[in-house]
Amino acid sequence: MNCIKIETTDLNLYYGNYHALKAVTMDIRADAVTALIGPSGCGKSTFLKTINRMNDLIQGVRITGRVCLDGEEIYAPGVDVTTLRRRVGMVFQQPNPFPMSIYDNIAYGPRVHGEKNKNRLDEIVERSLRRAAIWEETKDRLKKPAPGLSGGQQQRLCIARALAVEPEVLLLDEPTSALDPVSSLRIEELLLQLKKSYTIVIVTHNMQQAVRISDDTAFFLAGTVVEWGRTGQFFSRPRDRKTMDYIAGRYG
Amino acid sequence: MDIGIHGVRQTAHNTPQGRLGLSVTEKRSHTQRIETAAEAIFTLCACCMVFAVGSITLYMIANGIPAIYKLGAREILFSSVWKPTAADPSFGILYVILTSVAGTVLAIFLGVPVALLTAVFLTEAAPRPLAAVVRPAIELLAGIPSVVYGLLGMLVLNPLVYRLEQWVFRGSQTHQFTGGANLLSAVLVLAIMILPTVISVSETALRAVPEQLRASSMALGASRIQTIFQIILPAARPGIVTAVVLGVGRAVGEAMAVNLVSGGCVNVPLPFCSVRFLTTAIVSEMGYAEGLHRQALFTIGLVLFGFIMLVNILLHKILREEKG
Ligand SMILES: Nc1ncnc2c1ncn2[C@@H]1O[C@H](COP(=O)(O)OP(=O)(O)O)[C@@H](O)[C@H]1O
Ligand SMILES: [Mg+2]
Repeated sequence: MNCIKIETTDLNLYYGNYHALKAVTMDIRADAVTALIGPSGCGKSTFLKTINRMNDLIQGVRITGRVCLDGEEIYAPGVDVTTLRRRVGMVFQQPNPFPMSIYDNIAYGPRVHGEKNKNRLDEIVERSLRRAAIWEETKDRLKKPAPGLSGGQQQRLCIARALAVEPEVLLLDEPTSALDPVSSLRIEELLLQLKKSYTIVIVTHNMQQAVRISDDTAFFLAGTVVEWGRTGQFFSRPRDRKTMDYIAGRYG
Repeated sequence: MDIGIHGVRQTAHNTPQGRLGLSVTEKRSHTQRIETAAEAIFTLCACCMVFAVGSITLYMIANGIPAIYKLGAREILFSSVWKPTAADPSFGILYVILTSVAGTVLAIFLGVPVALLTAVFLTEAAPRPLAAVVRPAIELLAGIPSVVYGLLGMLVLNPLVYRLEQWVFRGSQTHQFTGGANLLSAVLVLAIMILPTVISVSETALRAVPEQLRASSMALGASRIQTIFQIILPAARPGIVTAVVLGVGRAVGEAMAVNLVSGGCVNVPLPFCSVRFLTTAIVSEMGYAEGLHRQALFTIGLVLFGFIMLVNILLHKILREEKG
């Protein structure tokens, strides 16, 4: 039994007047993969971004309710967002390496957090690239520009970049939907490796992917969580009618 | 010539027109003729442009060369004495060249940082109402005729610079006071004049940086300032380089405003010296120049033209390198 890493209670989010998340109450277990599924526009990305407070960057966002990381309320006054984002890393849909070398991409995070020692940085870069299963492909070209890598390699590089600041949680927003099937599978294998030491939350459009890699699944619909639970049970014995319909492909 | 597994070649339709009654070799349709005509017009316009550039280049060379031929490249380009109307005339334009180079470089050093920070402010920090005031103001700045900049420079800048000059050279016996009409004033005016170009081009470049790069940086725990200086500005580099080069082009070629505020003596380009630029030499002397003097002014024009060409070639090179 893994303990609870993230806990949301009655979480509501408004983009101006638009009510995008409605009373979301849900647990995310530590060292497990939680998949968020649901039709486009139902609030999966929005929910994901509440966990590392990326919504703070958007004007006119209002949030009520609680999000707790290891029991600590992350929207409480006095929370250091920098530290929070360090503990909760994020990978986006489009692979987006910074326009600099592979090495500098990985070293960027540690550097902005004050790491200057060359040997320490070398170590971090190698360790992060190894963890993201891309060391073998990049070790001879660390000084080459990262945008020269293939799409799948770029995405693993982005995962390595997120790992370089030693996060505890990794949020991934449809990380494979811009990739070819082979690259997607490699990312999935990687995530299965990583869940041994990281809490992973992944938004996916692909239900097979959710089945393959996740321990828990949550189904979002129009800003609410319809149902969440163990992936096996979720897909074999859904409790809610709407979940059943979605699994059967009756929603977009 | 067998095709297919059975080695028998079959044609589905025996008429050459196929099922729809259309032959691929049929006469070109009406739309295709319009396409051809449009293409011809575009080509013609493009050729006109090439012709214009080519003839300007030829004309400048043809008129700039005679003085060099008569006086020698050393005598005109590397001598510093410019006395075109003396009994024993001398046509050295070295100081004039140096003034244009120094004036441009200083204006860039002064103007570009201000412009970049303004662009960053507009894209990253400005609250919407403020940006809505600043942006049109900058566009207006771009639309003001250069002679107006010159007039304002005379009225506002020259007196201020003169005061500074009096303070710096107080008690000096040797300094030739310029009344504020000197290189410093010209540099300040040029720095202001390049602002709109550099701001708007680099603002466009900053806006073109994918939102996700910013988000990724912030998601790693970087601050906004770190994100701007370490991710956004480097990502916008090609556009910013373009902006700077356009600024250089504008500064090198500016004549009217500079003519009004820079004094006009041929001099070493020092901040408090009255100076003459490549452009202002032509503007102020062409009215009465004749003979060799006139030809020497064309040579100055050729040098100016060369500078502009150089700047553009440089721009092309940099942009190509950034891409490759
Ligand atoms: N920055 C924003 N401003 C206003 N509305 C937004 C913004 N981002 C998302 N939304 C709206 O919130 C809803 C949920 O969006 P999102 O979380 O991106 O959905 P999903 O990731 O499930 O496709 C959508 O209806 C979307 O239009
Ligand atoms: Mg989404």
